[in-house]
Amino acid sequence: MIDAPNVQAPDPVAPDPIAVTPGRSRVSPPWWFALPAMVLFAFVVLVPSARGVHYAFTDWDGLDPNYAFIGLRNFTDMTSDPDAMQAIWHTLLIAVAITIIQNGFGLLLALGVNTIIKSRNVLRVFLFAPAVVTPIVTAYLWRNLLGPEGAVNSLLGAVGLDSWRQNWLGDPELALWSIVAVIVWQFGGYSMVIFLAGLQSVPKEIYEAAAIDGGGRVRRFWSVTRPLLAPAFTINLMLSIIGGIKLFDQVYALTGGGPGHATDTISTLIYKDAFTLGEFGYSIALAVVLTIIVAVASTGQYFFLARNERAAS
Amino acid sequence: MNRYRWSTFGLELAMVAIAAVIGFPIYVLVNLALRAPSDTSSPIRPTTSPTFDNFAQAWQEGGLGGALLNSMLVTVGSVIVVLAISSLAAYPLARATAAWSRGMFLLIMLGLVLPFQLATLPLYQTMRDLGLLGSAWALILFYSGLQVPFTVFLYVGFLRALPRDFEDAALIDGCTSLEAFRFVVFPMLKPVTVTALVLNAVSVWNDFFTPLLYLSGSAQQTMPVAIAGFVGQYVSDWNLIFAALVISIVPILAIYFALQRSIINGFAGGLKG
Repeated sequence: MIDAPNVQAPDPVAPDPIAVTPGRSRVSPPWWFALPAMVLFAFVVLVPSARGVHYAFTDWDGLDPNYAFIGLRNFTDMTSDPDAMQAIWHTLLIAVAITIIQNGFGLLLALGVNTIIKSRNVLRVFLFAPAVVTPIVTAYLWRNLLGPEGAVNSLLGAVGLDSWRQNWLGDPELALWSIVAVIVWQFGGYSMVIFLAGLQSVPKEIYEAAAIDGGGRVRRFWSVTRPLLAPAFTINLMLSIIGGIKLFDQVYALTGGGPGHATDTISTLIYKDAFTLGEFGYSIALAVVLTIIVAVASTGQYFFLARNERAAS
Repeated sequence: MNRYRWSTFGLELAMVAIAAVIGFPIYVLVNLALRAPSDTSSPIRPTTSPTFDNFAQAWQEGGLGGALLNSMLVTVGSVIVVLAISSLAAYPLARATAAWSRGMFLLIMLGLVLPFQLATLPLYQTMRDLGLLGSAWALILFYSGLQVPFTVFLYVGFLRALPRDFEDAALIDGCTSLEAFRFVVFPMLKPVTVTALVLNAVSVWNDFFTPLLYLSGSAQQTMPVAIAGFVGQYVSDWNLIFAALVISIVPILAIYFALQRSIINGFAGGLKG
């Protein structure tokens, strides 16, 4: 499962350049310091994950110790299961939509707060606040707000936009986008805080120099600010894409995957298949697909953004 | 560039308007939580005769006090254990250059990519066979392992930028490695410890999926699970549900507003680590 990387250990025969300095000892801390963390990590993550990969090729039902090895059948079944294919599509769609919208919104908030407006400190604290609240709690709140008689529709009616009233979570065309909107509402401030940290690490002199050189506002953003924000982009995109792919709590509380299967993601389907249908083997095969998507997305993104960061600096 | 102009004022108004839109759900939340179920006027209209009855009823019937204590126990316990074992593990992993050190570090970093869904079901089976389902202590054990990769990642990044001179001096003066770590290295890790503490505490406190599986049906529930159970029980009694939601949010926001500077810096801190 793990590609053992070709570790470039220092040549054991070559003398350590520091050790030759007389009177200085370089004792590395003992390896057993890592033991407690390693044991717990193996018990909770490594071993169960490895067993998960094993079960993905079986017809295990979660209880019966006698299960059969069925090769790739769980995976071939998936390709002919419209619910599974739809869930994979929704997962990708949600991840991409959240990544673009949440970070675009967060960047605008950060640029707005990183000015001399008087409310900047209050706004920063206030706009970030939703990000610390329990997602399942905000999702239940929004389930009511987005209902047919909920506050969102009431507000639209109150400002004369009656024709905009919708069944936000009950309409299969809209439900997925309502979930995306709730997540952007909650975590836009999170992206803002990370962009803001990036913006504040840009030295003022650079801006002033660019202003003196006659760079306009947009030009200054594009050629001065944007490249210096590259590390913030890396972190933000990584967080939102992985968070979007694994999304469970908000879907569970807002729609339960419905109406029908209109908002099922891989995570909600794993839960349903395992705990309501007892199809553990199939469910774990879905988790393997999820793992592959996360691994491809994060390594791909890592290399892409690392190249950009290098090009920018 | 640094003068407050009319355009700055326009920006100020626009930002406050955005904040008002973002705050709107919270206004409705509190507004409806204060409202008697008989009041069926529009949810956006301010409640005319506010009452605290919903809060009293939600608190008594939802078992929220017990859930609050469980959540605190699980969060504090998990964070202490994970910070202790991860900082200790990060020390040799950041310092030693031997093959075992690199291999172990990469193995732990693999945990950053593995989605937990993969391990959930087999681990559920193990927990069941060991009789650990339904216990808050098992959750501490669980989070302590689950949060290791991320926490080790933060500590190793920080340690690699930290000079070795102090610990070398301590070792020459006769400290053991453990003493050097405890009294010299760990205190210097304070900034990253704050970041790791904040991020771990928030993710453990807010986690829903794991306690949903491992505590389901037991009397020991954490706050998110108790809230989900409450919503399931009082399906459309939204005034009561909203009171329960407010009760679950208040402790988090109180801590957030009291420690906002450290918390925001903690979240932003991953950037510099």
